[in-house]
Amino acid sequence: MTYPEIIAKLPYQHPFLFVGEILEVDENGISGTYTYEAAHNFYKGHFKDNPVTPGVILTETMAQIGLVAFGIYLLDKSGNTTTELKIALTSSEMNFFKPVFPGEKVLVKSTKEYFRFSKLKCKVAMFNENGDLVCRGKIAGMMNI
Amino acid sequence: MSKKEQLISELKLIIRPYVQDEFAFENLNEDTDFIADLKINSANLVDVILDIEDKYDIVLDNESMDKMLNVKAAMEVINTKVSEK
Repeated sequence: MTYPEIIAKLPYQHPFLFVGEILEVDENGISGTYTYEAAHNFYKGHFKDNPVTPGVILTETMAQIGLVAFGIYLLDKSGNTTTELKIALTSSEMNFFKPVFPGEKVLVKSTKEYFRFSKLKCKVAMFNENGDLVCRGKIAGMMNI
Repeated sequence: MSKKEQLISELKLIIRPYVQDEFAFENLNEDTDFIADLKINSANLVDVILDIEDKYDIVLDNESMDKMLNVKAAMEVINTKVSEK
């Protein structure tokens, strides 16, 4: 499965697609990038006259790259051919260290804790272009519910 | 404490963190259903299964997972798997 094929299978589209490029993926993990367009609507309100990327959007970005894109790869690898992907986020615990401003590009790295009985749980971390840790945590979801 | 009571109390320790219905948990017995009574969601049911694997050093397959709907069935699966070791 090629990286563009994985992205094409993601069940998201603009303005809620937060996967730019996949850099690497194998059985154990995935890494990918996304650049937050300054035109995103949420910057108008978060915060007033002081645009900062909301933590929930950072979490969403980590989930889309670190869990969903990764899960699509793992499902394909295990011979699952379902075309309609049904997924659900089931838990996340995240710590935030640095703000992400409009226009910034981030790198997400995800490592598999386990993928059993359709549940994928990963350790995820996000870095800014300086290589500083932006946020880190654990995310889990059900792939193909 | 009988072997069965021992197993139930061990299971209670494993299940506790994932339970949504405390009342059902306090009244837990062999017929208690993980999803219908304890309101454990499907993702946390996977955690219960993984914790059971660790505790009893067994490996559970999809078939076992499908069977383990209530406390009684879980105990049967555990006993079978442990005796196969």
